[in-house]
Amino acid sequence: MQDAFATAVERWPRDGVPDNPGAWIVATARNRAIDRIRRERTLARKTELLARLEEPARPSSENEENGMPDERLELIFACCHPALAADAQVALTLSLFGGLTTPEIARAFIVPEPTLAQRLVRAKRKIRDAGIPLRVPPDHLLPERLRAVLAVVYLVFNGGYGPPVRSELCAEAIRLAALLATLMPDEAEVHGLHALLLFQDARREARVRHGELVLLEQQDRALWDRDEIEQGRRALERGLVLRAPGPYQLQAGIAAAHAEEESDWVRISLLYHRLAELAPSPVVDLNRAVAVAMADGPAAGLAIADRVEGLDGYYLLHSTRADLLRRLGRTPEARAAYERALELAPSDVERDFLRQRLASLAA
Amino acid sequence: MQYLLLIYSDESMWESLSEDERQAIHLEYGRLTTDLRAQGKLVGGDELRPVATATSVRVRQDDTIVSDGPFAETKEALGGYYLIEADGLDEAIEWAARIPAARGGTIEIRPTVDRSGGAS
Repeated sequence: MQDAFATAVERWPRDGVPDNPGAWIVATARNRAIDRIRRERTLARKTELLARLEEPARPSSENEENGMPDERLELIFACCHPALAADAQVALTLSLFGGLTTPEIARAFIVPEPTLAQRLVRAKRKIRDAGIPLRVPPDHLLPERLRAVLAVVYLVFNGGYGPPVRSELCAEAIRLAALLATLMPDEAEVHGLHALLLFQDARREARVRHGELVLLEQQDRALWDRDEIEQGRRALERGLVLRAPGPYQLQAGIAAAHAEEESDWVRISLLYHRLAELAPSPVVDLNRAVAVAMADGPAAGLAIADRVEGLDGYYLLHSTRADLLRRLGRTPEARAAYERALELAPSDVERDFLRQRLASLAA
Repeated sequence: MQYLLLIYSDESMWESLSEDERQAIHLEYGRLTTDLRAQGKLVGGDELRPVATATSVRVRQDDTIVSDGPFAETKEALGGYYLIEADGLDEAIEWAARIPAARGGTIEIRPTVDRSGGAS
């Protein structure tokens, strides 16, 4: 969320954003089939599923041959049950569904291997002993439980996004998102997350220079993976046709726009506005301020940036305000804001950039 | 599976309620207990007297040490419990969420050790 996103979403501005964007459209036909499968499951079958938890991590191709799609979905929901701690959810999901061994997962999250091994043992034990259900949650629980699964996948991706970049984690997250997309094709936010990860991963070569983060506006776009961007567009499309907007689709839409030749800032502002309604956060508001400044001018953007709360320790808030003040000709205030940003900037790359901006004010 | 639902809440919150509010909560507990019983899920349960009536017992090297007060002094105190039958944790969570003290307090759900010999 640190990069400013942009979007080129066609549908919503043309057809109108649906009234109840938070509603989840669950395919009733699919659920009826799942209900029938559930009823037909015997106790022995459940015991089989429990036994699968006890098996060591298997390489991904084996999982895909042996598992019925339904069974893997049941395991994913069990792994991401709220009764498990977040780090246990992530470790367990990676262990059962990722192509990573326990030592590899431990290294990726910079956790001692025995600690991670213990975490996995305890989590599996809790699933068994506390009776965490091995099933796709019923309709009234599905929205929040699916959000938890998607959050775990996003955590895995962010764990690898860096810096430093751990590309195996990003790849695992994308694989998981793709798996979820095939298992739950009627869930729009699953496609939204899949698309978002693809767009973000497409920028991985351009995001980090000399070990430090490069802001999106400053990235060398020639380094972006065009093939992944195209995959991201297709995934986003699969979500949009379901007409059930949500935060991941919005963020993916914004990311999609940045991949265009020319950013449509009016559309980007609109999408940030919707995102702020569905998933409000100060960082979203800050990004919205940037987009609105591009669409409607720096005064409009500054009005939003000035209302953002809770980001006083975040250098990007101050550098954003500084830039807008500079464009409005309010030089003394711009200088003060750049200086504040300089105090908070996390590394030399940002500090150099801010010093240049300060110097250009004096000129 | 059997689960013990331990009901923790801040006693001072109860004391600050009006008589009408307390009555309403009592009724809610009554409805919950009735529903549990009607569905054959109720194994046991009770309201406990306030934590000021608690006594703690520890035996250390053959000495029986008796002291005033609960196991641990905490802001939320154990005020009651339900022992229920449920098909898995999600069902236990649904019952726990209906306990009035869950609003503002905490319900701890603990599965009991199954000694019946059947598969859990």
